[in-house]
Amino acid sequence: MNDNILEIKNLVVHYVTDTTTVHAVNGMTISLKKGESLGLVGETGAGKTTTALSIMQLIPDPPGKIVSGEIRYDGQDLVAMSPAEKRSIRGNKISMIFQDPMTALNPVLTVGDQIAEVVRLHQKISRAKASIKAQEMLELVGIPGERYAEYPHQFSGGMKQRVVIAIALACNPELLIADEPTTALDVTIQDQVLDLMEKLMRDRGTSLILITHDLGVVAEICQKAAIMYAGEIVEYGTLEHIYNNTKHPYTIGLFGSIPNLNEDVDRLQPITGLMPDPTDLPQGCVFAPRCPDASEKCRAAAVPVVEVEPGHFVKCVKYHG
Amino acid sequence: MSALIEVKDLRKYFKTPRGDLHAVDGVSFAIEKGRTLGVVGESGCGKSTLGRLTIHLLEATSGSIHFEGEDISQLNRADLKRYRQDMQMIFQDPFSSLDPRMSVSNLIAEPLKIYNKFKNPAELSEQVGKLMDTVGLARRLSDSYPHELDGGRRQRIGVARALSLNPKFIVCDEPVSALDVSIQAQILNLMQDLQQERNLTYLFITHNMAVVKHISDNILVMYMGKMVEYAPVKEIFKYRFHPYTKALLAAVPVPALGAKKGRRLLKGEISSPINPKPGCRFAKRCEYATEICSTTEPAFEKAREDYYVACHHVKAINGLV
Repeated sequence: MNDNILEIKNLVVHYVTDTTTVHAVNGMTISLKKGESLGLVGETGAGKTTTALSIMQLIPDPPGKIVSGEIRYDGQDLVAMSPAEKRSIRGNKISMIFQDPMTALNPVLTVGDQIAEVVRLHQKISRAKASIKAQEMLELVGIPGERYAEYPHQFSGGMKQRVVIAIALACNPELLIADEPTTALDVTIQDQVLDLMEKLMRDRGTSLILITHDLGVVAEICQKAAIMYAGEIVEYGTLEHIYNNTKHPYTIGLFGSIPNLNEDVDRLQPITGLMPDPTDLPQGCVFAPRCPDASEKCRAAAVPVVEVEPGHFVKCVKYHG
Repeated sequence: MSALIEVKDLRKYFKTPRGDLHAVDGVSFAIEKGRTLGVVGESGCGKSTLGRLTIHLLEATSGSIHFEGEDISQLNRADLKRYRQDMQMIFQDPFSSLDPRMSVSNLIAEPLKIYNKFKNPAELSEQVGKLMDTVGLARRLSDSYPHELDGGRRQRIGVARALSLNPKFIVCDEPVSALDVSIQAQILNLMQDLQQERNLTYLFITHNMAVVKHISDNILVMYMGKMVEYAPVKEIFKYRFHPYTKALLAAVPVPALGAKKGRRLLKGEISSPINPKPGCRFAKRCEYATEICSTTEPAFEKAREDYYVACHHVKAINGLV
């Protein structure tokens, strides 16, 4: 019906405890075409990882709950699927690279076995063939195949992240979700890992959702970007839209907060105040309490999403009507 | 103008079962009053160890540290205590550097109590209140505990503690690395304001090139315990003589479109600093390395006015006469 590999519509995710409800994701709508790469940018607590876990159907329940909305992968709604159907997709068609390579690997299994495990889970092949496949995957991410039988502690941080990428790519997924894949790495190693990811995307036509707080990384390997704040997408568009025609006051604030390597700024322009408490979100626009342009109208009612130019969406009163 | 702090040929070797780990190997620098020296490098290059050695939190294996002209490297604990109040430190992780059982006011009052600055409790609490105003913490938080506060506020407590004894020199060990960008900008601005008001001298340790460029007057680049390049901030970003500095700066993702510089990937990873081989420590990863690089250690030599580089081929690579 269309060429969207992933469509998220009005996703709402809460974490419910006896006394409070954390509104982690509030009415998120986003779509991704085959082969596209999207950067999901936001600060701690913006709901980036919750979004990723929702797509993977890995939200811990309880306390987490997908309250409403749909997540369509290739037209099928993941939320409505049976656990067995979810398992056949997870790690196979959609897979995830986790943030911290130091903790994402099992310390008592060899890296080769950890890659082979995924393959054997989704494909009916022998142990011997799976281990050959695992060695191929190691070679693919630039690790000599002979290191198949080594344990995670024998690898450096950058190498471990390569192993994690090898696991994620072992079944040749169509959609890859990378949650801060390079945040724990040094810049020169980050450069190597980004280069590897970019090459693999290109060769295999994999779609990518890259979760990060670093606008620099997004500029390097994504085509589109979505800026998240307090569980909502406040601005969404192509890189050209987001970087060169920034509209939302929060996005403008983010750019003002980053010291830039190529420009000289005497004083940074930080966003005042703090992220709102997700158990007690403000009425109206969630960013209004920190926004330099906020008015009565912002606090009054929910803010509509406006398409300011084709494909560039902004959730701000300023651009409405 | 004379230097507030001057470090000469500082070395720190840690004993390990496999031999000596050369964490800091012959580092010298001087910082003038009111200035900031930024120390950059990747994990394991010895920058944190250098920070601790400079204020004598660690005993150096050899070398001298002169603070206001006096050699403090040979002082015993009691004599050092006089200097401690002039030299403070802001730590990286605002989550683990504060005692979870102490309230905000107790945390900030602790250094003042240790030095018996105020006999009268009312005066003490007034001073704590003033410090909280200085760093932008609301006084109503004085009875809160660290776990109730977010990272930015916790780091403000760390800054208040460091300021409480009115120091002349502060070692800042990755003070903003654990913070979100919008909060990071708030803390950086605060630190710059305080420096101007109080004529503070900073040793600013970080792996973030953009941050170090923003806050420093001079920059020292380290690689495996060695100094590789030292220069005023504007010049080092303009010339970047050393091959490692070139690679390091090229690897930083820039949050702007079209800034992409065509990757010049740095091969390999940092080798072990335990019993390092003779010659230049960067030689194995360096694209310009020749035979001399693996046999003879390069001297840290003047390349321009106030500009020093440790590389055999600096002239050839950069076309200097």
